[in-house]
Amino acid sequence: MNIDKKITDDLVANDVSFVTTVPCKQLAGVIEEIDQRDEIFHIPSNKEDEGMGLCAGAFMGGKRSAIIMQNTAIGVTINTLATLTQYYRMPLPMIISYRGELREPVACQVEMAVHTKALLNQMNIPTYHFHWQKDVEEFDNILKYTFMCNKPVAILTDANFWGGYGDQ
Amino acid sequence: MIRSEILKEIAPIIRDHLVVCNIGLPSQELHMIDDQPTNFYMLGTMGLSSSIGFGLALSQPKPVISIDGDGSVLTNLGTLPTIANNATGNYTLLIIDNGSYGSTGDQPTYAGKKTNLTDVARACGCDTVIEVQDKDLGPVLQSAIDSDEMTIIVCKCDSGNIKLPVITMDPVVIKHRFMEAVKA
Repeated sequence: MNIDKKITDDLVANDVSFVTTVPCKQLAGVIEEIDQRDEIFHIPSNKEDEGMGLCAGAFMGGKRSAIIMQNTAIGVTINTLATLTQYYRMPLPMIISYRGELREPVACQVEMAVHTKALLNQMNIPTYHFHWQKDVEEFDNILKYTFMCNKPVAILTDANFWGGYGDQ
Repeated sequence: MIRSEILKEIAPIIRDHLVVCNIGLPSQELHMIDDQPTNFYMLGTMGLSSSIGFGLALSQPKPVISIDGDGSVLTNLGTLPTIANNATGNYTLLIIDNGSYGSTGDQPTYAGKKTNLTDVARACGCDTVIEVQDKDLGPVLQSAIDSDEMTIIVCKCDSGNIKLPVITMDPVVIKHRFMEAVKA
């Protein structure tokens, strides 16, 4: 299964047509796939809170939006999630590379990984963790759930899900 | 002129357009001067007026005006390259540059010192950047809205605030009302 294609297909099937991204090595494939799709307007952001602002605007303009980012961004976006996305009740699927988990080569990434689920839990953000490739089968349901309940929803995708880091 | 005087002057120009208004006093002032369903008031999240307005402009064809401040643009400086590189003609970013953080007690911003936001916007790649003095804003803003070119306006003015109440409208009501106006 090509998980980059599966994630992108599910976004398109759920009418997500506006996607902003802040890159991560693990996410390079899915970002490239999204960039190539005519059905999706892809706009890279310089920072994740900026991206959530773009998504909020796109949503109010009638487009379903999503953000793709690293889990380090949770540290950047708590205020935006609380006072924009949640306060105004806007749906936002957050496809997050879960750095600092099993098969992570960079020690510093673990420092935010240990806070990631606790922060999302504190924010009452529904959170799903993709560890095995088959977990992606849930993605379509998660998107439907997000747009049903008008909340930000986190999908944490770890290194094992993406197939590790090769020789690193 | 101070910001509230500017907003009073441009209210008839922006009344029929989609407006995303900056957090704090700017939203409170606009709400008091000319509350419209086409106004999206930010109640939190300093810095994102330009991003919210830009996302909106990219997603539907009506003109959109983001009312921002120098302090808020400095908070979210990464917004300018994003706007420059994805330009859309229905978007106008109005930066009311009074050189201070008005809502928090008029502490000076760097835009009131050595940093020139007009130059910053140009350096970020924005093609049409107009610096204007407060009293001359009206016609510049009108032609920016009318034109097919995305425009960044840096409006230089005095710092200063008026006393006024907070917005008590529920955020979900603000959003719903605004989204209905977008669709209308």
